[in-house]
Amino acid sequence: MVRARESRSHTAATKLHLAMYRDMLRSRELSDRMFALNRQGRAAFAVTGQGHEAAQVGSAHAIKRGTDWVLPYYRDVGVMLALGMSPYDVLLGLFAKAGDPSSGGRQMPCHWSWPEARVVTRSSVIAANLPHAAGVAYASKLRGLKEVSICYFGEGATSEGDFHEAMNFASIHKLPVVFFCENNGYAISESSEKQMAVRHVADRAKGYNMIGQTVDGNDVIAVHQTTHWNIEECRRGRGPKLIEAKTYRLSPHTSSDDDRRYRTRAELEEWIKRDPIDRFRKRLFEEETLTEEEDAELRAEAKREIAAAVEAAERAPDPAPEDALRYVFAPPPEDA
Amino acid sequence: MPEKAYIEAIHDALIEEMDRLPTMMVLGEDIQEGGVFRVTDGMLQRYGPQRVLDTPLAESSIVGISIGLATNGCVPVAEIQFADFAFPAFNQIISEAARWRYRSYNGWGCPIVVRAPFGAGIRGALYHSQSIEAMLAHVPGLKVVVPSTPYDAKGLLKAAIRDPDPVIYFEHKKAYRLLKADVPDGDYVVPIGEAALRREGDDITVISYGLMAHECLQAAEELAAEGIDATVLDLRTLAPLDRDAILEAARRTGKVLIVHEDNLTGGIGGEIAAIIAEHAFDDLDAPVRRLASPDVPAMPFNAAGEDYCLPSRAKIAAAMRALAAY
Repeated sequence: MVRARESRSHTAATKLHLAMYRDMLRSRELSDRMFALNRQGRAAFAVTGQGHEAAQVGSAHAIKRGTDWVLPYYRDVGVMLALGMSPYDVLLGLFAKAGDPSSGGRQMPCHWSWPEARVVTRSSVIAANLPHAAGVAYASKLRGLKEVSICYFGEGATSEGDFHEAMNFASIHKLPVVFFCENNGYAISESSEKQMAVRHVADRAKGYNMIGQTVDGNDVIAVHQTTHWNIEECRRGRGPKLIEAKTYRLSPHTSSDDDRRYRTRAELEEWIKRDPIDRFRKRLFEEETLTEEEDAELRAEAKREIAAAVEAAERAPDPAPEDALRYVFAPPPEDA
Repeated sequence: MPEKAYIEAIHDALIEEMDRLPTMMVLGEDIQEGGVFRVTDGMLQRYGPQRVLDTPLAESSIVGISIGLATNGCVPVAEIQFADFAFPAFNQIISEAARWRYRSYNGWGCPIVVRAPFGAGIRGALYHSQSIEAMLAHVPGLKVVVPSTPYDAKGLLKAAIRDPDPVIYFEHKKAYRLLKADVPDGDYVVPIGEAALRREGDDITVISYGLMAHECLQAAEELAAEGIDATVLDLRTLAPLDRDAILEAARRTGKVLIVHEDNLTGGIGGEIAAIIAEHAFDDLDAPVRRLASPDVPAMPFNAAGEDYCLPSRAKIAAAMRALAAY
């Protein structure tokens, strides 16, 4: 690890750490705001991943943007910000605006699609995107391209048949794909014990003769290093990988969920103490990568950025109602 | 022009497109050995195991992987061994492929082809006989084609492979070696969305598709000898339907019989009848009639039971006579 004063010289590592910290702050601020906007009646629905910031931001910073393929799930606000999507663009989706880059205001918020960053469209159907990742990776291999696919999902997805089918196929063909599980212990209300008889999602990799690793999903540097190693192993042709980042969702499943029905406040309090942002901040202070003044400024900057984005996105134009008829099929060339 | 069997025409289309498109793949169960019907015979030797891919027995991912392949520049033609086994893949077909473009606001396209042998008459019983086309023709975002001749089998498959959107290609398994006809060597396409007028007559109109189109033509010849002259329209594409051709054929005679081996309720026949009722009511001289399999889950294995369920030349002829006499 880069230590103490050396880090103040802004080596590549400190730059990365500060960039990740900033993205984690922005992700939390944006997610909190999206929930608040729902509670204020200004957004119909919100789905976010407070608590997942280390898992999301740490892993996404290991992705070669524009080369690697990304198949995120609906909790991945931090992945998208780390890939460079602006909070404004995320909020256009929240408000179902015409300019929403994911779907033009069609899909629920955070159902990402962003072709320019190779973020592939997904549905609300859990695990359905895992076979897509395997297919994208097969094409990379067939075409001799040094690109890797990374597919995100929760531990609930590992109960689905598509999880098994994708893992099996990817391993048979040694495909360059990283399956990244954000294990927060709950699939809506169902705790892991109801989803699996194994202790760790990573244990499932054995059944596919695949390497599976469990990482502390609240340690952004550990997540980054693990993901980076796995992605580059894939790029070297060493076959698919399963990463399990163990974390905790500090928010309810969505704005429509009441998590008090299925988990105790005491449990939540325990995890709040392990908040990945607080933890990383402490480390950055200890390493003197960040001062308290710099931290205050970064946090204020995130608040300003998100507030301005909310104001602009809420004013952005809606799609015309009849726009709902477009793009069922490929448009004729003149309409494309 | 060489005479080819329906199955050879499908094979030829695959070979010619594989030759033309270096990123095209065929994938499915047992296809390296030629497939259970031998549609992909010889392709492994010609293109190798990467492009002629034996998949695990996992229909959902056969389609899901195809979607991923198409997303990254490949041209996948997936084979579902029997249409009856497509149901595990329905989520990938309906929730994913059909909505890929729509939900990304044209950000991504999904140019995949899913081939599936369908249909009864081969003693395939409940799980090797089904006609599932109406369920998929109902889904916006999918194109559904059902060629009934070797010529169309080749031309429609080429059109499907070149289409920018997902196409479900139903091939009638009884037609594979039963139907033989002239098929040109070399390249041509049959456009998706165009029905074919197989016979022209002024007394009644029969609308069908797939193998039933042949039964209808034979019945029409039988009735011609009795002085009843029928128009026979072969739909060829079920989604999107060729509404103009349907209405024109309906208006020409004012009496319409729709025939399919899919079961009656919720079948394509209901949609066609509705189109005619909405747009050609004033031209009708009789109620639109439908002849289809009964509403039982699928064909019995017992031969007499299967014959009882399936529309046939004799049943079609009887329905045509009754309609002509109305």
